[in-house]
Amino acid sequence: MYRFIQTVLMALFLTVAATPWVRAEEGLRDLVNALGEAKLSNMDEHIAALARTGDPKVVPILEALGEGNLYARKADGQVFLTDGTGSKLALTDPVSGDSAGEAPKTALSKVKVNNSVRRAVRTALGSLTLLSPDRDARLKAAKSVLQSPDADALDAVENALAAEKDAEVRALLEQARATSLLVSDRPVEEKRQAIRMMKQRGGRDALPVLSSALGSADEALKPDIEAALANIEQTQALWAAGQNVWYGLSLGSVLLLAAIGLAITFGVMGIINMAHGEMVMLGAYTTFLVQEVVRNSYPGLFDWSLAIALPLAFLVTGAVGFAIERGVIRFLYGRPLETLLATWGISLILQQSVRTIFGPTNREVGNPSWMSGAFELGGLTITWNRLWIILFALAVFAALLFLLKKTRMGLQMRAVTQNRRMASSMGIRTPWIDALTFALGSGIAGMAGVALSQIDNVSPNLGQGYIIDSFMVVVFGGVGNLWGTLVGAFSLGILNKFLEPYAGAVLGKILVLVLIILFIQKRPRGLFALKGRAVEA
Amino acid sequence: MTIRARVTGAFLAAVLSTTAFNGAFAEDTIKVGILHSLSGTMAISETTLKDAMLMLIEEQNKKGGLLGKKLEAVVVDPASDWPLFAEKARELVSVDKVAAVFGCWTSVSRKSVLPVFEELNSILFYPVQYEGEESQRNVFYTGAAPNQQAIPAVDYLMENEEVERWVLAGTDYVYPRTTNKILEAYLISKGVKPEDIMINYTPFGHSDWQTIVSDVKKFGSAGKKTAVVSTINGDANVPFYKELANQGVKAEDIPVVAFSVGEEELAGLDTGPLVGHLAAWNYFQSVDNPANAEFIETWQAFTKNDKRVTNDPMEAHYIGFNMWLKAVEKAGTTDTDAVLDAMIGISVPNLSGGYSTMMPNHHITKPVLIGEIQADGQFETVWETPGLVVGDEWSDYLPDSKDLISDWRAPMSCGNFNIATGKCGGKGS
Repeated sequence: MYRFIQTVLMALFLTVAATPWVRAEEGLRDLVNALGEAKLSNMDEHIAALARTGDPKVVPILEALGEGNLYARKADGQVFLTDGTGSKLALTDPVSGDSAGEAPKTALSKVKVNNSVRRAVRTALGSLTLLSPDRDARLKAAKSVLQSPDADALDAVENALAAEKDAEVRALLEQARATSLLVSDRPVEEKRQAIRMMKQRGGRDALPVLSSALGSADEALKPDIEAALANIEQTQALWAAGQNVWYGLSLGSVLLLAAIGLAITFGVMGIINMAHGEMVMLGAYTTFLVQEVVRNSYPGLFDWSLAIALPLAFLVTGAVGFAIERGVIRFLYGRPLETLLATWGISLILQQSVRTIFGPTNREVGNPSWMSGAFELGGLTITWNRLWIILFALAVFAALLFLLKKTRMGLQMRAVTQNRRMASSMGIRTPWIDALTFALGSGIAGMAGVALSQIDNVSPNLGQGYIIDSFMVVVFGGVGNLWGTLVGAFSLGILNKFLEPYAGAVLGKILVLVLIILFIQKRPRGLFALKGRAVEA
Repeated sequence: MTIRARVTGAFLAAVLSTTAFNGAFAEDTIKVGILHSLSGTMAISETTLKDAMLMLIEEQNKKGGLLGKKLEAVVVDPASDWPLFAEKARELVSVDKVAAVFGCWTSVSRKSVLPVFEELNSILFYPVQYEGEESQRNVFYTGAAPNQQAIPAVDYLMENEEVERWVLAGTDYVYPRTTNKILEAYLISKGVKPEDIMINYTPFGHSDWQTIVSDVKKFGSAGKKTAVVSTINGDANVPFYKELANQGVKAEDIPVVAFSVGEEELAGLDTGPLVGHLAAWNYFQSVDNPANAEFIETWQAFTKNDKRVTNDPMEAHYIGFNMWLKAVEKAGTTDTDAVLDAMIGISVPNLSGGYSTMMPNHHITKPVLIGEIQADGQFETVWETPGLVVGDEWSDYLPDSKDLISDWRAPMSCGNFNIATGKCGGKGS
């Protein structure tokens, strides 16, 4: 009997204790299912309601919503998390986290998201994950609070700040606190401190917060805000000049890559090679093919795809270059006009064949993870792909210089181009060297194509965009001089980027052309003219 | 021996087919001209339209052709060369005697063929969104006029995203310049201050967007919500979007709405980092209705590629072609004047689930859709106009054209009637 009473009491107690828990779960489910019926216009209220529960289960739900992986079942309006791919979707129950089987896509309707929903999700997630044990999640949360200052989030930020140990997250949180403080109704003195702190930290992120605060701020604060704004803008202007130099270097490296192969075929051999751009294009298509194979067969190797494509592109375009030299150009030495026309014809043939084989539309070449995104260096934003391209261009340049100056083949190449008959008398097979030199120039153009596929279209027209620029760089730098090509490429890049903010992209380009024409009038042989007998030969 | 036999056979076949082309069986077919560049810079966009037309013609022939005759496509390649467009158009009309021509993409190519169609009195269907400020007797504009694309997109950003600062970025030629002029006038009429508008032009095929993207970021950090309205055309889009993604310009912060970026252009891009950027069109492949599903299926079967995408100008050709079929049936002949008369008022289903009607100004009614880029390279419609929008050829926001209207019905029959002076003739005549 006693035992029975004990059991009943126990059961009663359990029921009472468990009910709120069950109720909370049901409440959450209702809130989630409401997302399925919500309109885009009132979605933010539903998201705020979810966020108010403070339940950690809300985090994956909101993440899925932001990524568009939340679907409602058409039959009963139940909302599920999905993996979002394929015609059949695997469903996960949002509340319990259990698998809920599969459903065809036609039986589900996607919970629609747009930019304002994504913003609401970001803000809600920001305040929900500020105390997450995962450092990256906290970092992301701090950033999102910083991006959307909110007086309501202030308490949460201050709590998080008190608990935060990591220096980087702390710094961001302090900034986030300052920005949120500005839009709150805290006392003026505290706001003044926040402004001072933002002034000290600087950075472009502070500008929008301060300038929007300027309109609504207390009269007493306005001079502080204005001073802070002026201060930050001044430092930003300095950084902007640095950023321009960086952009110039990056444009210069692209020009260098495009021109360096031409510096061999046109600069060293004197062939006006109009098909040079198409070698770049073939290199880019080789990258595309390599990536296709990697994607379909060895997806784990994707980050290495460029490294695999590089030697292949060199071989493919080198071989095409070799064939062009043996098949066409060798019959036209000493006839520049015919060479020009013949290589132009070849360029059209190559373009149209690529168009026939691969189709006229752009092909997707992906960026490996180490070439995506950007990082901040002081006030500079440096994108990874540009950084790698600069390094790659310099590496190719160094390798080529080494090849020409320090190897036997380089020696023979220079000998043949300087005095063909003498070289021939010394036992060098000049036709063979001609073919190899042309293949080398083409192969390097192909390698440039691998790099350019990362920043430009991979389409049959890819090469046309670079041919004029390449000739410009080689002629400006001085025909026959590799160092001239290097200096020419970088100075044109930087000049272009300093003109662009003032003159605009179109006029900037025209001005550069005019300047080059004037320069060539003054120094017909370019920056670094070859001297001596070789020039006349 | 066998080789020679085969060569002779091929030669004979070639001779036969050329004769067929040149009119030996001309009585039995109605010829349709296709004037799209298959080589050169515009091939990237126009080749698809050529294929779409061939598919539409093939499908119509399966249904029994037109007026009891088979349709025959005559394809020419103007090679992205604007004067060559005029030459090839003349060839189509006077040598091949086609009943109608479907073609052109860039405005400059259209302007180049206009006099030819006027002189030889033939019909052109132009399928691409354009800057307006034109209405010609022999041309039917099945793409969007600015009020069917640009202005609703700006309205959407103003209402839903509360954008106050605007970057108008475009390629430097007639379509972006005119569209931006209209947009600037429109924004100023809506109370946007001139210092909150930044206009930027770049050359065709521009590939280095670092400075411009960072300028946009700077312009957007003035404490007001900023958006970019992009009329960047063709190849320049891929490096532009790549730079946006790399510099971390998120759609939630600075959305970019584009008028020339469709499913085809996105095919060359990893759209993961671009989710949420916008495009305004009258059709998206993702539009969910049976007519569109059937169209996509036919297209993928025709091209034997289940990854081929459809896009807005293809839909425009679909509408234009069906309108032309109906008009010819109504007129009972392919004679230009009769068809021109019959065209006005013709109404055919479009692929976004409604009907499009040819208006007296030779423009059509269309719904306007705003879509956000998704990770799979498709667009998801986030907003659409409640009803159909009538194409307005003469913009109401430009001082030069606000008094002009166009009506090709008798007795007015005028493409640029000035309602202020009550006379036909004015700008753009």
